[in-house]
Amino acid sequence: MEYVIEMLNIRKEFGTFVANDNITLQLKKGEIHALLGENGAGKSTLMNVLFGLYQPEGGEIRVRGEKVDISDPNVANDLGIGMVHQHFMLVENFSVTENIILGSEPTKYGVTNKKDAAKKVQALSEQYGLNVDPYAIIEDISVGMQQRVEILKTLYRGAEILIFDEPTASLTPQEITELIQIMKRLIAEGKSIILITHKLKEIMDVSDRVTVIRKGQGIGTVITSETNPQELASLMVGRQVEFKTVKSPASPKDNILSVKNLVVDDYRGVAKVKNLNLDVRAGEIVGIAGIDGNGQSELIEAITGLRKVKSGTISLHGKDITGLKPRKVTEAGVGHIPQDRHKHGLVLDFPIGHNISLQTYYKQPISKSGIIDYNKIDEKAKAIIEAYDVRTQGPHEPARALSGGNQQKAIIGREVDRNPELLIAALPTRGLDVGAIEFIHSRLIEQRDNGKAVLLISFELDEVMNVSDRIAVIHDGEIVDTVLPEETTEQELGLLMAGHAVRGSEHKEDQHVD
Amino acid sequence: MSTRATNILVPVISVILGLIVGAIIMLISGYNPIDGYAALWNGIFGDLYTIGETIRQITPYLLAGLAVAFAFRSGLFNIGVEGQLIVGWFAAAYVGVAVELPMIIHLPLAILAAAAAGALWGFVPGLLKAKFHVHEVIVTIMMNYIALHTTNALIKTVSGGGDRTESIFASASLRSEFLENLTEFSRLHYGIIIALVMVGVMWFILEKTTLGFELKAVGFNHNASQYAGMNVNKNIILAMVISGAFAGLGGAMEALGTFEYVSSKAGFTGIGFDGIAVALLGMNTPLGVIFGATLFGSLKYGALNMPNAAGIPLEIVEIVIAVIIFFVASGYIIRLFLLRAAKKKEAK
Ligand SMILES: Nc1ncnc2c1ncn2[C@@H]1O[C@H](COP(=O)(O)OP(=O)(O)OP(=O)(O)O)[C@@H](O)[C@H]1O
Ligand SMILES: [Mg+2]
Repeated sequence: MEYVIEMLNIRKEFGTFVANDNITLQLKKGEIHALLGENGAGKSTLMNVLFGLYQPEGGEIRVRGEKVDISDPNVANDLGIGMVHQHFMLVENFSVTENIILGSEPTKYGVTNKKDAAKKVQALSEQYGLNVDPYAIIEDISVGMQQRVEILKTLYRGAEILIFDEPTASLTPQEITELIQIMKRLIAEGKSIILITHKLKEIMDVSDRVTVIRKGQGIGTVITSETNPQELASLMVGRQVEFKTVKSPASPKDNILSVKNLVVDDYRGVAKVKNLNLDVRAGEIVGIAGIDGNGQSELIEAITGLRKVKSGTISLHGKDITGLKPRKVTEAGVGHIPQDRHKHGLVLDFPIGHNISLQTYYKQPISKSGIIDYNKIDEKAKAIIEAYDVRTQGPHEPARALSGGNQQKAIIGREVDRNPELLIAALPTRGLDVGAIEFIHSRLIEQRDNGKAVLLISFELDEVMNVSDRIAVIHDGEIVDTVLPEETTEQELGLLMAGHAVRGSEHKEDQHVD
Repeated sequence: MSTRATNILVPVISVILGLIVGAIIMLISGYNPIDGYAALWNGIFGDLYTIGETIRQITPYLLAGLAVAFAFRSGLFNIGVEGQLIVGWFAAAYVGVAVELPMIIHLPLAILAAAAAGALWGFVPGLLKAKFHVHEVIVTIMMNYIALHTTNALIKTVSGGGDRTESIFASASLRSEFLENLTEFSRLHYGIIIALVMVGVMWFILEKTTLGFELKAVGFNHNASQYAGMNVNKNIILAMVISGAFAGLGGAMEALGTFEYVSSKAGFTGIGFDGIAVALLGMNTPLGVIFGATLFGSLKYGALNMPNAAGIPLEIVEIVIAVIIFFVASGYIIRLFLLRAAKKKEAK
């Protein structure tokens, strides 16, 4: 079988740092080829080289057997290479069609011809079962849909080879299933795919072969059907990895967070949280299971002071914190790992060191009477970078230059380090590799064991089941039921999340929450 | 190539390219570029007097540049520096004329009045932006016109129907006999010291204080700043107020140093608008503003000598100056070329 892409002994340096060192990846026509490696291993970098965003310092690239010089993304386009990036590159207030034709607008007598373009988009969307409305505005559609727009964009430009950089990290389980269907459809239509993902299950499900890289070095390529998740994990990390989080039973104490009859509106004035009640006690992890868009974001934003509360109360340790400003909430002892790390979690243009002190820069010992001691900021940053294994060149590197997973580790380090009474963790392991996930989970459990309250929001049932001591299921802005992980199943949770009250009350937990 | 080498090489190459294209323009229009540039040179560095005048010209550019750069760093585009400078000019002159006090009180008072007036003029767009999300560019442009016409009307009132105020009392003046003697009686005044101190102030605020940390964070990312507990609205207003205060001080330089009065204006002074270019040339850093203001002030002042000494009409002179500035501003294109060249070399 012929190779459509061959990347041979690729080397990419950033200054003195070697991000890709002698990596070889060969893509067969019609295969789904997974690219696996820890956070910061150099996967996105390698793909950016293939897409012409970075120029390699060594090695060669062959497309359909011919040696090529991919000097910029236009060349990649012409060679039939398309990329769906880790972080989408769409213009929020443009329509789907406008985004797709951006940069290669079809013209008729010098005027952009949007109608024809929209027709073509519609046709492609139908051919691949994407179900995208060409006239929808990007900011109005879900993340899953936005991703399909990115896929359409590459198809529209005639891509034969599609690169997916962590496409499933920001999707709900439902959307992931659909994406996998789409990928299979693409293969059936003769495309070839390179897929980056940290989820070994996905790799086992869809890929034909896997190339593993570790700390910038090519480890090798294995055939999926001849390997297993355990082997893949150890190949990529270089040691044995535990999958199931080990933890002792919780010993909950006083109530820390208590939410009563909470009502919160979204920006359109539509109630997203409706009369919600929730308690989280010291020394326990409460997981919120639910489908995206059922009020999770609004609930967190209301607790942390980022969104107005319409009615109801939120108290921390018996103290009313309803409607307090974010800073007051933070000072009252709330830590928050935000759902969207680029929007809320980081100032990307700031050095990572500044970001690590983003909530503490004004306090002793970093600041005295309004003057910042930047040495202290660096010290703090170095400590967190070390303790949380954030792979970076140091506190002065811009946050933007860190790999997605390492940005996340820095945020988690910052929040856990403040040792808050209540730690809210929203999708804390999104985009993390298996080793890092194990590490983060044990940190959350450690917080719990130190007598802190932890509120975990996740779309992944695995995570909710593994880490939580109690699971509160949210549906349509309400907690519809509370279950214990050891007494429930994924099926049952799935039904509850979809709004079916399926169970009798026989193993319902004492009415603690509702 | 090391970054330091490119950092030095780029401005040098840009200036040379600018001069060459400027020369071509003079040639095409039938003037001798050598005479032209000699006149420019003499107009900037010719003797101690012109050097003094050049530095005097740089002073308000420094402050206007700081004002624009400061707002930029906080993510705001302050086009209202012109208006803030005009009200500062008026406020300083008014305080200088209206009362006579011991210098130790009078001069600081007049300077503060200018800063306060500029700050107020910045406060309005800041407030509108923070509270009602009105874009600061629109409001600051309008505030420029309001400043121009309001001060003209006030000047009329204050001077009893005339079109300029009395000269300020000596107790409010920045005039410096020492600097005048040093520069063959140019109008160089103590304002340059104030301007340089303000460069230090801006650096200090941005690089050392918690306020600067917040302003920069807000400038980069509102959402993350809010998440981190910063008061985004307060910071937007504060950034505009401080920026306006810098601009107002620029007006004080003219009111208390160069002219020692304020007269009604048919149009804008242009200093505030040039401040945008100064800030951008200096990449919005305090030290960069010194570079930008020096380039701008020198060229602007030196150019005045070109019609007299080389007989080149003012219009051509302005085109030549604009071309030089254009090339310096597009220095990053040259940087790109250098990087490409360096890479090619490495590849071989
Ligand atoms: N533009 C850049 N400048 C400097 N260093 C960079 C740049 N881009 C990436 N790096 C560094 O190169 C390394 C590899 O980054 P890359 O984004 O390829 O990782 P990744 O394998 O995609 O990780 P993740 O799974 O977390 O997305 C990281 O250590 C990162 O800090
Ligand atoms: Mg990546």
